[in-house]
Amino acid sequence: MTLRKEYIEELEGLKGEVLKMGELAKESAKNAITALANRDAELASKILKGNAIIDELEFDIENRCMRLLALQQPMASDLRTIGTCMKIITDFDRISDLAGDIAEIVLRMGDEPHVKPLIDIPRMSEISQGMIADCLKAFATGDIKILEDFSARDDMIDALFDQVRRELITITIERPRCIANAGHLLFVALHLERIGDHACNIASRIIYMITGEKRKLE
Amino acid sequence: MGLIETEDLSVLYGDVPAIKRVNIEIEANKITAVIGPSGCGKTTFLRALNRMNELNGARTDGKVLIDGENIYNGNTDVNMLRRRVGMVFQQPNPFPMSIFDNVAYGPRIHGIRNNKLKRIVEESLRKAALWEEVHDRLDSSALMLSGGQQQRLCIARALAVNPEIILFDEPCSALDPISTARIEALLRELKKDYTIVIVTHNMQQAARVSDYTAFFLMGELIEFDETTRIFERPKDKRTEDYITGRFG
Ligand SMILES: Nc1ncnc2c1ncn2[C@@H]1O[C@H](COP(=O)(O)OP(=O)(O)O)[C@@H](O)[C@H]1O
Ligand SMILES: [Mg+2]
Repeated sequence: MTLRKEYIEELEGLKGEVLKMGELAKESAKNAITALANRDAELASKILKGNAIIDELEFDIENRCMRLLALQQPMASDLRTIGTCMKIITDFDRISDLAGDIAEIVLRMGDEPHVKPLIDIPRMSEISQGMIADCLKAFATGDIKILEDFSARDDMIDALFDQVRRELITITIERPRCIANAGHLLFVALHLERIGDHACNIASRIIYMITGEKRKLE
Repeated sequence: MGLIETEDLSVLYGDVPAIKRVNIEIEANKITAVIGPSGCGKTTFLRALNRMNELNGARTDGKVLIDGENIYNGNTDVNMLRRRVGMVFQQPNPFPMSIFDNVAYGPRIHGIRNNKLKRIVEESLRKAALWEEVHDRLDSSALMLSGGQQQRLCIARALAVNPEIILFDEPCSALDPISTARIEALLRELKKDYTIVIVTHNMQQAARVSDYTAFFLMGELIEFDETTRIFERPKDKRTEDYITGRFG
């Protein structure tokens, strides 16, 4: 016999909303780098508009969590699920904010040529995309094995960030007139590095949700 | 080592076991909650700890050790045992006499009189957080008190004989939320001086007040652990299903 059918449906609905929010945040982050590579102002503006929807989703999810906590007094894995949802929506929101910051950089850059071909930045973006995608998969299926190598993936992003930073500093010293564009790219890289950190936060929360163990990935 | 330990404790009504081979260690000065669906043997388990089941003809196998001594061995003085291990029931059950006489009942049986008796009554009422409300009407009937006050009076009555362990069987289920909150605050206060075992069907109450939680199902002790652990990440699927309300 299954009791509390509506409650269980509400929990499933909540998880669906969180997945949707995560999907949108991931899409924003991906589009931000596409807009940067293609100097696509239209796409950049679309990201900024899309973030308003993500903000609304965050409030909606938070309200659902609060209502479940107040009315259903969830326990054990249900409690961990709700706690995890409340935590990770902040990370998803931060990811979409960082994507928005990148979009604003794209709008500010206009048509000025990039000081260097974009190689490491798309690479960083790809890795963080993969991390967010795996978070969503693990959240939906409970399979946390795919999160095991997050520390290594985050290290890769950090190493790429270091490399980009050194390169951009060298370029700025050699060609001071490029400082504006180099500065923009440096910020983009920094934002991508932060997105990787948020993906790690999300992953450790999902591990907690599934296993009950608190483990910091970084 | 626990203050109370059971070894393969079983209680049978006729041929039907109500609890089966329970092994548990209950620590001193802690609150241990017993939860589980109705009929799973919570009350039977609790009553086994001061040999109350034999009052309704149940058979008990195995051991209950208190301070290392098996209370089911031949030479246990059952009256002394029940003084040491007090009990508070679901329905407040004050005697139809004055507030004072209710609390004085136990000590009087033990020959205490006069000033010492008055002192014990006051102390017990204070410990039960009832003194402020009743000190100027100790002679009025206990039956005039509200349900929550009656329950605290029953707690005072249990405290008056200076027990070590107090067993509570769903002490709040007949009370309103405010009286319930009072009793919960009182339990936390009492655990400094007493060891408490509480049966409750209210899981949130178990989560709020207890240090350890035991989950029973069909007479078996399924899981026993720190309360935070039981409610955050129980090990057994059956515990998980019960506390998340997947069955009940
Ligand atoms: N006096 C009794 N005589 C016969 N059976 C009893 C008696 N008391 C309890 N039982 C049976 O023992 C089982 C456990 O009861 P109990 O300990 O009262 O459970 P709980 O307190 O968890 O609701 C139930 O199946 C109940 O019907
Ligand atoms: Mg009972």
